[in-house]
Amino acid sequence: MLDNALRFLSLADANVRFVLLGSLLIGATGGMLGSFAVLRRRSLLGDALAHAALPGVALAYLATGSKALPVLLVGATLAGIVGVLAIQFITQFTRIKADSAIGIVLSVFFGIGIVLLTHIQRSGSGNQSGLDKFLFGQAASMVGDDLVVMTSLTAIIMLAVLAFYKEFKALIFDPGFLSALGFSARRVDALLMGLIVLTVMVGLQAVGVVLIAAMLITPAVAARFWSERLGTMVVVSTVFGGVAGAVGTFISSLAPRIPTGPVMVLVATLFFVVSAICAPRRGALARWRRHRQNASREQRHHFLRAHVELSDKERRGIFASSSLAAELGWKASRVERLGRKLARQGYVRRSGGRWELTEKGFEEGVFIVKSHRLWEHYLYHRSILDADHVDRPADEVEHLLTPEIIAHLEEIVAEERGINPDQVVNIHGTLSHYRKGGRE
Amino acid sequence: MSDSVRPQGEVAPIQIHDMTIAYHKKPVLWDVDLDVPEGVLVGIIGPNGAGKSTMIKAVMDLIPKASGWVKIYDRPYDQMRSAIGYVPQRESVDWDFPVNALDVVLMGRYGHVGWVRRPSGEDRRLAAEALDKVGMSEYAHRQISQLSGGQQQRVFLARALAQDARIYMMDEPFAGVDAATERAIIDILIELRSQGKTILVVHHDLQTVTEYFDWVIMLNMRVVAAGPTREVFTDENLQKTYGGRLTVLSQAAQAMADHRRGH
Repeated sequence: MLDNALRFLSLADANVRFVLLGSLLIGATGGMLGSFAVLRRRSLLGDALAHAALPGVALAYLATGSKALPVLLVGATLAGIVGVLAIQFITQFTRIKADSAIGIVLSVFFGIGIVLLTHIQRSGSGNQSGLDKFLFGQAASMVGDDLVVMTSLTAIIMLAVLAFYKEFKALIFDPGFLSALGFSARRVDALLMGLIVLTVMVGLQAVGVVLIAAMLITPAVAARFWSERLGTMVVVSTVFGGVAGAVGTFISSLAPRIPTGPVMVLVATLFFVVSAICAPRRGALARWRRHRQNASREQRHHFLRAHVELSDKERRGIFASSSLAAELGWKASRVERLGRKLARQGYVRRSGGRWELTEKGFEEGVFIVKSHRLWEHYLYHRSILDADHVDRPADEVEHLLTPEIIAHLEEIVAEERGINPDQVVNIHGTLSHYRKGGRE
Repeated sequence: MSDSVRPQGEVAPIQIHDMTIAYHKKPVLWDVDLDVPEGVLVGIIGPNGAGKSTMIKAVMDLIPKASGWVKIYDRPYDQMRSAIGYVPQRESVDWDFPVNALDVVLMGRYGHVGWVRRPSGEDRRLAAEALDKVGMSEYAHRQISQLSGGQQQRVFLARALAQDARIYMMDEPFAGVDAATERAIIDILIELRSQGKTILVVHHDLQTVTEYFDWVIMLNMRVVAAGPTREVFTDENLQKTYGGRLTVLSQAAQAMADHRRGH
């Protein structure tokens, strides 16, 4: 296995170079066009297109007797286009929805393809084996001539994407607006669809009709996790696809009978899984962390608010867990645990077995109480809710109110009800209790 | 149409002649005959399914006409596309698309940029300026899904401003926005009007019609009435437009009551 790895990495073998370059091109173009296909919600159409290409390959061979890649790809392209048109025809003129139409066309064309392939194989017309590689792909069968075809197609695709990037972006985001600007959205769409067709054709020989759609979809979906702008997404997706192609080829070179195409797809899938879990902001871990932060902020707010409300009522600034628990309607043990956590974070401190707010905790607590009461006033006086329904929404929203909203609320409450916002909260009273009670 | 609604001496920015729109051969908007004068703020009102969006989309050739024609400043629409700025309904796009606010506004310049070429520095400057005009400068690099509904609507308005057009078509720009955004949008519309631009706005809130619009087009699958608001926004026309739909009717009655109280 080590021998194989070294042989691969030295790139001494021309065949290795061909296969590596081919896989890299397939992955990169798939990733690039995939970004547009996925965002345009055309990924399934790409799958249907690939499956529909199979009978085209068989018919091209039957018609010409040639197994040259360009000939077979022309057949594949024509059949793929017929398949896509069939889907469009079905969705436009019947009541069948797009997903069913795609399913029907995909399976019918694929079925015909299999029948034709079987027929060719059994007809015994000499060297008939080899067409079935289009089913699951056979990267090792790529030769120099094939590479020329694939490289040219890739060059066309990439140049077209560079040229029409702006048009594609506007088409996918807002086709109606693109038309209103004087561009023909139909033409831009047809162009994009054409490029997707070419992309599928590039990968047909090495990855096969069954799996090629994965090279269109997976890198793009993985890239979306890492990017908030289309340009970044296209670049990341292209790199993911290219790397998946190269790594897949390397892995399959390590031992005989590891198929390249499927391994490429698996590597791309690995990128997807890692992205879905680890990506900043959109990844599962980041979302879980955000969720936890929100939850713990809410807990903190409850604690601090109860503390400030109690100090307001009882005119002192130190409370045992049991008093806070009564105010919150919680178990004392829960208050105790939360108190210890908040003490570590510097919001509260222990004082003779009871809890006292630090400067930081007090400031935030007063802000929360103020938000809560202002919001209650607002809801109540705007008659949005009856008095006994006010508290719960206020509880929920107080964690979200920003200082700007609070300032605005203060204005409204002061203006409409003639209420001095300071009195609403009675901060100064509370503050003085603190000065007297807690801080000496 | 009465003489008072004809543009005086000038060529009308929008002339619609005998326009009928059909979906699957079923007409949804019949025989629209209309000249909209220059420099007015026009509200298009009518119940759901009255053909309000359909009308502006048909004017902009976004949906096919069954019959009739539209002229923009007396020329075919095809030659005048760049004269029209467009604000589609906010729900018509996927806001999770990976672009930031400035990217979206820059799309308003694409018509001037043309096929294949890239937007220039000047285009970027104009886009930033449009974003500033709607008070969204500080959100320029924010991904659009992280904007509130009102902010998204402002971005759409900025994109239309970046088109630098003479006529603006807006499909429910006030739908689902906060009061501050509504105020900001109407201020911009008024400013556009003062620059001699003509603005057509699909509108839902009958209460604000008299306050916002100098002209009103009342639709219910046909033009029930069109003209200066004070002349055509009458009890009788509201009945004709919304007749038979109780909830809307009561809304209309309320609007009329407010209208009379205010004048």
